[in-house]
Amino acid sequence: MVERSYEKFFRQNRLPHLWCPGCGNGIAMKAIVQAIEKIPELNQDNTVIVSGIGCSSRASGYMDFDTLHTAHGRAIPFATGIKLANPKLNVIVITGDGDCTAIGGNHFIHGCRRNIDLTVVLFNNNIYGMTGGQASPMTPLGKKATTAPYGSIDRPFNACHLAEAAGATYVARSTAYHVQHLVTMITGGIKNHGFSFIEAMVQCPTAYGRKNKMTDPAKMLEWMKDTAQMKNVWDKNPTDEKFPIGVLYQSTAGEIDYSSAYEKVIEMAGGI
Amino acid sequence: MSARLMQGNEAVAEGALKAGVRFFGGYPITPSTEIAEGMAKLLPKVGGTFIQMEDEIASMGVVLGASLAGRKVLTASSGPGISLKQELIGYAAAAEIPVVIVNVQRVGPSTGQPTAPSQSDVMQARWGTHGDHSIIAISPWSVREAFDLAVDAVNLAERFRTPVILLMDEIVGHLRERVELPESIEIYERRKPKSTRAEGYQPYKPDEDLVPNIANFGEGFHIHVTGLIHDETGFPVGSPKVTEESIRRLHEKIDRAGDEIIKVEESFMDDAEFAVVSFGGTARTAYEAVAEARNRGIKIGMVRLITIFPFADKILNDLASRVKGILVAELNYGQVVNEVRRAVNGKCPVKLCAKYNMQIFEPEEILKAIEDLAANQDQTYTVHSTGFEKVKDPEEVENTGGDD
Repeated sequence: MVERSYEKFFRQNRLPHLWCPGCGNGIAMKAIVQAIEKIPELNQDNTVIVSGIGCSSRASGYMDFDTLHTAHGRAIPFATGIKLANPKLNVIVITGDGDCTAIGGNHFIHGCRRNIDLTVVLFNNNIYGMTGGQASPMTPLGKKATTAPYGSIDRPFNACHLAEAAGATYVARSTAYHVQHLVTMITGGIKNHGFSFIEAMVQCPTAYGRKNKMTDPAKMLEWMKDTAQMKNVWDKNPTDEKFPIGVLYQSTAGEIDYSSAYEKVIEMAGGI
Repeated sequence: MSARLMQGNEAVAEGALKAGVRFFGGYPITPSTEIAEGMAKLLPKVGGTFIQMEDEIASMGVVLGASLAGRKVLTASSGPGISLKQELIGYAAAAEIPVVIVNVQRVGPSTGQPTAPSQSDVMQARWGTHGDHSIIAISPWSVREAFDLAVDAVNLAERFRTPVILLMDEIVGHLRERVELPESIEIYERRKPKSTRAEGYQPYKPDEDLVPNIANFGEGFHIHVTGLIHDETGFPVGSPKVTEESIRRLHEKIDRAGDEIIKVEESFMDDAEFAVVSFGGTARTAYEAVAEARNRGIKIGMVRLITIFPFADKILNDLASRVKGILVAELNYGQVVNEVRRAVNGKCPVKLCAKYNMQIFEPEEILKAIEDLAANQDQTYTVHSTGFEKVKDPEEVENTGGDD
């Protein structure tokens, strides 16, 4: 029998989860706890999981840590308060494409700008799933949603580019197909002493797939397998037909994280 | 302690700090900005944290996060900013997170008159966020009281694990007065869990006073906090019974403690036949008008509301048994007057002395309303800056000198 040491990180009495059959959120949630397990400094008492609103953000309730299910889009401000109030805590944010880049977009870019030491994992299912399949800022052009019945004409965000441009010091992408790779990407984010952003592509056969002729979750995973390319490969032949996964950006400039910067403010003010 | 010349907003910052506030998140907005500026300077001196956020919503979110991690927290704004904070004020009410929100009121709606005084956010303080909820709102009338009520607000937020609105107005916020601050103050420390995880600790199990003893993040309790309706475990439950019990408890924890929370100040009330009810900066003018009316032989007193919500229903109802008429003076179109009428429930006439034209009351305006109240007890009328409006005698409209 395969040892499932990560099971201790879940609140068994809160399971099974509410996600639809075939949903990729569970894979991404498991990848987070496996990343936590890989880093000896992190444990269930010194790690806080903060989420917003939406399918992805229900993950916090299943995870056996101090957990905070905030309001729609507001996970990053709450997480910023937790980290600044107690910098010893490791704060991981779980968010979705709508939560993070639409209603929470301003908080997202300012979290990046401050380089506050958070690890933000965006479960990107390209759709508003909880409300039944409306277009998000990460719904690809031409794809259908209940609010884009003729196909979306809104140009989507590349959230990784956005994070890098706004000042995040670690930016990575992976998918629900590349599970071990995803764990590695999240591990790298937690280890980075600053704002880390990981886009985890997850399949939504129910709300996104149904509208776009992709109702089979296995086929959606296969699409991820076939379409994702490791960054070093993709870089040699950048094409819209494929998308890069891996560490897309990691700062080497040694920017100070926000909590450490504020320690210096306290020092200058002559505080304790 | 020696006397100092101090501004109201500055006194709020000093008071909050003395009460143990160690975290402030904010966004600039007139006429509250001095509170943020004060905190930016003072907090790091005591090892606390100040952060200027990207917007008012984030300012509210960041202080709630810090409160959950164990800090006593404050944020400050004015009307439009308070509108933006409302979503998360409701979150704080539902998730029972201690937080003090200062609203230094200015003229609204919308951008309104950014530097001009007003008291028009009274009902916003009560009902600004969506859903059934309880709230505490308190309103100072002097710089010293701004300090005292900042302390009270922090203590009340911690005691009841609720959002507390410190309802300032521009008059008091920008007022400078000589103040002597107290040598020592009473501080209510954060409530602590009374059992361990092993003993089956439930973060949202109410104590005898109906307030739960919720652990801070990072203390090993693995609590879950959500804005969804939840049971005593803190986890969401979609049941009618839990929903009803949860909403009822949020109200009752405040309602039951009315005697502890509600404060009013009476002046000249021993032999009073009439009473002025006022609050905040307007009460200063009302006091002068009442004193002058006394000089002119009118037996009038004053009841100053220090606590706005929960409303002093019983005190006002008792007052209506003692007097022949009540005049409510407020710097808005008429908000508290409706609360007074509800509390008085027809026991005596309740008149309004309202003003909403950027300018504070002149004592003469309130005095005129008092004289009319005493002379025409059975008349119903309101007073605006443009003149008196009497229902029974519309010919006698007089101009009180204000502008539109």
